Amino acid sequence: MVDRAWVATRKGLFELRRRTGAWAVERASFVGDPVSMVLPPDARGRMFAALNLGHFGVKMHASDDAGASWREVAAPAFAPQPEGAPGPAWKVAMVWALERSGATLYAGTLPGGLFGSTDGGQSWQLDEALWNRPERPSWNGGGYDVPGIHSISPLADGTVLVGVSCGGAWVTRDAGASWAQTAHGMRAEYMPPEQAFDPEVQDPHAIARCAAQPDVLWCQHHNGIFRSTNGGALWTELHAPLSSFGFAVAAHPVDPQTAWFVPAVKDQCRVPVDRALAVNRTRDGGASFDTLRAGLPQHDCYDLVYRHSLAVADDGCHLLMGSTTGGVWASGDGGDRWAALPARLPPIYAVRFG
Amino acid sequence: MPQIAFTSQLQRFTETPELRTSAATLREALDAAFDANPRLRHYILDEQGHLRQHVVVFIAGRRVADRETLGDALAPDDKVYVLQALTGG
Repeated sequence: MVDRAWVATRKGLFELRRRTGAWAVERASFVGDPVSMVLPPDARGRMFAALNLGHFGVKMHASDDAGASWREVAAPAFAPQPEGAPGPAWKVAMVWALERSGATLYAGTLPGGLFGSTDGGQSWQLDEALWNRPERPSWNGGGYDVPGIHSISPLADGTVLVGVSCGGAWVTRDAGASWAQTAHGMRAEYMPPEQAFDPEVQDPHAIARCAAQPDVLWCQHHNGIFRSTNGGALWTELHAPLSSFGFAVAAHPVDPQTAWFVPAVKDQCRVPVDRALAVNRTRDGGASFDTLRAGLPQHDCYDLVYRHSLAVADDGCHLLMGSTTGGVWASGDGGDRWAALPARLPPIYAVRFG
Repeated sequence: MPQIAFTSQLQRFTETPELRTSAATLREALDAAFDANPRLRHYILDEQGHLRQHVVVFIAGRRVADRETLGDALAPDDKVYVLQALTGG
């Protein structure tokens, strides 16, 4: 769907509609409450919103009418923590990722648990094979006190790839029964030199897959951009103009050579380069990039596009991005030209078509 | 009998019973409230049964320090307030 989208923010969930070529806010839900992630409606109109109530914890809400009405349902939760268990507390601090593949729902959380639901979100089960990996207690937080799973990329054959900040990338090819590290080739310049290529310490900010050619994956990493053409077995570093630092990546759904990124200065200065918002687009697999600016603010701009806040529609032409200062921009031509949404939204956590 | 009451902010999300209970400890008093509204439990306690980080409880005007076992004893005239902590924003 290219004419409906969802924006999860610090203070509510917003439905956007595109009518006669222009996007506008259609509906606001959960106003005042942090919505950490949204899963757009399936063909029957069922969708989910993950709330992160400041005082009262993580809550999950479901809608069966594409967001017109909501009801609270079970949220992912850990079993009682065994005495002396290493690593962070077994307490879900945030739902950071929501995806579906067929009848299975997936939730990625802080502090690093991957949960699945096969009953439409009535209950959630922890993927114990990943949670019990001996490396997992050594994962580090990336932007949060505890580690988290922010990217979940499932395929119909039981393959699921997840991105962990900070614990690299992990893949299962047997529907979660076993997992292997798959961040080889990524480089961490924030580590001592001898550990720079250790896959366990990598901080992939976001990982996106080409739907039509699923062996092609793109990663916006803490200090670089990486691409894999073999399902994550090996990653190759790319070099984009302005900066290779950023959070967001969008993979073209059909063309495995095309992806979009939103650069920022660097980790110590998370603002657009020269205070001018830009999008880097490659159409040749990362060999070269176009820096796209038309319609984006080019003066006194401090908008940062967070990891889930750049989205491409199934047509590969319509794009939306939202910023941590509440700006939203839309493109209908692959990013060549952008137009601002006529609204000032709360800080944006996620933007999704659907 | 001890009384227990909850911040009115919770009423946006779920019902908050205000009740008198024969509970001898804070955990027993909370359990009595959760018996009245099971959904309330996960707004107050996390999955490990601990007070959520940004929930605060006062017993007879004294802030509860034992946030895990919730074993503070209750006197017959105690009033228990379950509130949101300012640390939660």
